[in-house]
Amino acid sequence: MLIEAHTVLAARDLTVERAGLPVLRSVSITVRAGEAVALMGGNGSGKSTLVRALLGLLPHRSGDLRLFGSPLHEFRDWSRIGYVPQRSPALLGGSKVKEVVAQGRLAHRQLFRPLSGVDREAVRKAVAGVGLSDQLNADIARLSGGQQQRVLVARALAGEPDLLVLDEPTSGVDLEHQEVLAEVLAELLAGGTSVLVVLHEAGALGRLIDRAVVLSDGRVLHDGPLGDLGQHRRAFGGHQHHDHGQRADDDHGESADTLLGGAIEP
Amino acid sequence: MIEILSYPFMQRALMAALLTGLIAPAIGTYVVQRRLSLLGDGLGHVALAGVGLALLTGTAPIPVAVAACVAGALVVEILRQRGRATGDVGLAVLFYGGLAAGVFLSGISGVGAGGLAQYLFGSLTTVTGSDLTLISVLTLVILVTTLGLAPQLYAVSTDEEFARTQGLRVRLYHIAVVSLAAVTVALAMRTVGLLLVSALMVIPVAAARNLVRGFTAALICAIGIGVATAVAGAAASFYVNAAPGAFIVLLAIGVFMLSWPVSYLLRRRYAAAVLPELVDDDELLAPHMITENHPHRHAPGCGHPAVQHRDHTDFIHEGHRHAAHADHYDEH
Repeated sequence: MLIEAHTVLAARDLTVERAGLPVLRSVSITVRAGEAVALMGGNGSGKSTLVRALLGLLPHRSGDLRLFGSPLHEFRDWSRIGYVPQRSPALLGGSKVKEVVAQGRLAHRQLFRPLSGVDREAVRKAVAGVGLSDQLNADIARLSGGQQQRVLVARALAGEPDLLVLDEPTSGVDLEHQEVLAEVLAELLAGGTSVLVVLHEAGALGRLIDRAVVLSDGRVLHDGPLGDLGQHRRAFGGHQHHDHGQRADDDHGESADTLLGGAIEP
Repeated sequence: MIEILSYPFMQRALMAALLTGLIAPAIGTYVVQRRLSLLGDGLGHVALAGVGLALLTGTAPIPVAVAACVAGALVVEILRQRGRATGDVGLAVLFYGGLAAGVFLSGISGVGAGGLAQYLFGSLTTVTGSDLTLISVLTLVILVTTLGLAPQLYAVSTDEEFARTQGLRVRLYHIAVVSLAAVTVALAMRTVGLLLVSALMVIPVAAARNLVRGFTAALICAIGIGVATAVAGAAASFYVNAAPGAFIVLLAIGVFMLSWPVSYLLRRRYAAAVLPELVDDDELLAPHMITENHPHRHAPGCGHPAVQHRDHTDFIHEGHRHAAHADHYDEH
């Protein structure tokens, strides 16, 4: 089937439970080849849980999950996937930048073989891509938060993936670093890589996004262009703005305005 | 040094010490990276049950201890992977159960708990030829694994989730690490001893991290420190007639303590190079504050970290940022 061939990630009716509670309920999401999909939603809406379930890091209770056409449990082609976690214990120190980035080559490497010239070149290119060439031998713990985030991006890029999955790569990162990331992603997308990115707000990456999937309380609320998000304003808890006046940013959820982050005109 | 090499038992003991010094930091690097520094200590207790069993049955203690220790390590790791070992209580029961079983079994075998001392703190005269053969073979296995699979083990022990997205079979690697740690602990009973082997797995690693930058460099450096302290400690214990484990561990701690000032100096030099950039509020002008009583003249290389601030350089001086202005320094 033609559509299957161009779908790099497909989940249908995915249900994930944590500690006995359903966190994701019948979530369906697809990412097609070359597409940039943003996964959005408020705190606790299930964004990170979904991303981790999609990569098999969390078990799902039911549903159908395919990576590059293969069911997750049969999928072996991990070199096609690059994952940028929100945080990583690898940032705690004791490693050089190039050592952490070289972790991204593992799916390409055979056991008991040292780094090949191809691996080294991929590491060098990935680090240069995020603008950290002068920090190759630096201790990772000594870098700033924005630089550390870029190291995690470089680690995923080093594997030269066909699908890049990023979990809130812009949280706690200043605008300048967000722009660097946006440029890197734009180049990848131009080269045909697919991107699934968890975003708290559209921010600097908004202009790259083809489609936004918005989660609310573990369900898909919206799946379509970023610009169409406004129609869900009320459902997002926009009415709570009026009810609570000054206490707009309470813990009931994010307003559509925050999520859009200025990506569309009001 | 020549003199002690003329005794066959010392040749064997020094060889055993050398091999222990190689493998303990090699596997210890991954154990420390996984924040399981005290695992080796617990496994030493479990190995003691193996020693007790060997004394009771009259067999060679090292093979039985290796088996008991690996079995204990597997139980610990499987409990951990199933999320059952969170409360530490299961581990404590296993470890103290091993210690108690060792003491009990050695008691009914007629050796008594006092006879266990040589296994707890090492004993140079007890290394037999067959011990050395077994230690050599298992050392080879451990070195091939810890060095050959270093990229995989490094990834699995630093960022387990990322390693899984690279298709690595994380659980198998975890099981391999704890099993090899268990083998190391049991093998070390002749040299450092079961109670002190954990120190040789952890302390050279900690010292190496102070001395060099990067995971691979620290791995190699830790092995170097391990070999040096193990051989020197074993040789020294010959002259003083004390348990070799004590010497080896004290030497390792000595290296660790020496590594501290070195790391401080390295870090200070390095820290000066990567001070964060200064960001000012463009809207508001900072008030002009003059530094009172400042005889020191700041210049590049004056010993105070320099940081670029707009069009000039600030020097960090005891919690203040000093910028040269006319004939005085301003507080920035």
